[in-house]
Amino acid sequence: MQCQICQKRTATIHLTEIQNGARTELHICEHCASEQGIATHSQMSINELLSHLLAVQPSDEEMFGPAEKDLVCPTCGFTLDRLRKEGTLGCPADYEVFEQALLPLIERAQGGKTSHCGKVPTTLPTDTKKFVELSQLRQQLEEAVHDEDYERAAELRDKMKQLE
Amino acid sequence: MELTEFSHDINEWFSGSGPLADIVVSSRIRLARNLAGHRFLNSCSNEEKAEILEKLKSVLMPLDLGDKVFYVSVDKEPELNRNFLVERHLISRHHAMATGPRGAVIARREFFTAMINEEDHLRLQVLKAGCQLRACAEQIDRIDSQIEGRVEYAFNPRFGYLTACPTNLGTGIRVSVMLHMPALKLTNQIEKFMNAAKDMNLAVRGLFGEGTEAASDLYQISNQVTLGVSEKHIVSEFENVIIPEIVEYEKAARRQLLTNDTDTLDDKIARAMALLQNAHLISSQEALFLLSHLRLGLNMHEHMGASTPAIERLCALRASTKEQDKLTIRTINRLFMLTLPAHLQVNYGKSLDATHRDALRAKIIRDALTQQS
Ligand SMILES: [Zn+2]
Ligand SMILES: [Zn+2]
Repeated sequence: MQCQICQKRTATIHLTEIQNGARTELHICEHCASEQGIATHSQMSINELLSHLLAVQPSDEEMFGPAEKDLVCPTCGFTLDRLRKEGTLGCPADYEVFEQALLPLIERAQGGKTSHCGKVPTTLPTDTKKFVELSQLRQQLEEAVHDEDYERAAELRDKMKQLE
Repeated sequence: MELTEFSHDINEWFSGSGPLADIVVSSRIRLARNLAGHRFLNSCSNEEKAEILEKLKSVLMPLDLGDKVFYVSVDKEPELNRNFLVERHLISRHHAMATGPRGAVIARREFFTAMINEEDHLRLQVLKAGCQLRACAEQIDRIDSQIEGRVEYAFNPRFGYLTACPTNLGTGIRVSVMLHMPALKLTNQIEKFMNAAKDMNLAVRGLFGEGTEAASDLYQISNQVTLGVSEKHIVSEFENVIIPEIVEYEKAARRQLLTNDTDTLDDKIARAMALLQNAHLISSQEALFLLSHLRLGLNMHEHMGASTPAIERLCALRASTKEQDKLTIRTINRLFMLTLPAHLQVNYGKSLDATHRDALRAKIIRDALTQQS
């Protein structure tokens, strides 16, 4: 069997991963495995693997649209082409620079979610904290409505009013 | 800190104790964090990596963890030592194989590790024996907040904690449990377990095995989604829904073996005993496979009151000629870890080829499972 990454050498490493209900099989050679940081002992986490899988999916244009294709991060010089190749971003600012292009990818990797819910640094300015808290309440409200738990939904609406 | 100071024993999280320990071997929580004002690692020069390393090291070393901490310069350690740390789950395989300045701050009792310059600037992990996710969550949150008081993390109101890879974005939390599932394999139900896990949106992987087969019957399940769901929610879903459901699968399979298929069960346990007590060459894979059956037998005796002929013989074994104690899960886990390739070689004091490793491994196990009559 041919290696799925280089398409040259013989695949000697066979990985099966389960991600969001889909079974992914990856057959690769030892060289590409070590290059991708995949150990033959398969100590790599599924997300590390997935990040590399995401990196070898559709073309830039299919994935990000023509507008973002030529964007360059002014802080680190990162481009979307590198995300495809490396599976990781260049700097924290990239999440703002490439936000539009990243959203569909984030949505796919994160089970449809696109905004944070949970811990917030204590050092954040109060209005930022409030922003995060509000978006979390909004999310919980949607869930409550979905579960037809109207009592809880009313409570959440009150909480949101207090914050606003 | 010399590795040989702890290489002769197992770590606490692998001691076979804690809630639901007959199936849930250990609980782990990991947080991914990055420093504001620095590039992610794949865009960093070695100078910048060194700067991040120094900064985080100086913040982490004085932390109050209730235990001594030591520092390992991962990039300066020989490969054998790095593999040893991977076998003990103190660093990731990725960290062992990465390039450039990087390190790990490790608590002496091994419940805590901070990997610096892994895929993110900082990866914190807390590990505990048995099913103890909530305790892991509380501890890692306290440690994270201590660090947060001293550095500025990369954070964005929309996406939360920013990570190098979008798959870790938001909370940056990865919750996992290591499960021992030998009965599911013996009853050909591993597929059923895999399907159940994927229905619950979990990642599953075999541990300590080569390729996809988990010779050790140890599987790790972890959450996939890190964004848009709070840390608390993820942890409570694991503790209240996911773990009980999966534990019940394995328990049902153990009951099924005991009531309908005692011969299969006894055959596996008896063969494992015979081979482990008599073999002169034993590969790591074979040892993991056979020790798994001994662990199953002991746990079924202790937690289900099982007493088949083979389990009775197993329970009559002594842990060693020196110890008066009976064979325990701790003994099995100790043999399991101490005969992994890097452990064997670190304890032997130099590197060994495969045949010599197999001979040494067989001897250690033979000596430990000496029958006393
Ligand atoms: Zn290849
Ligand atoms: Zn950038």
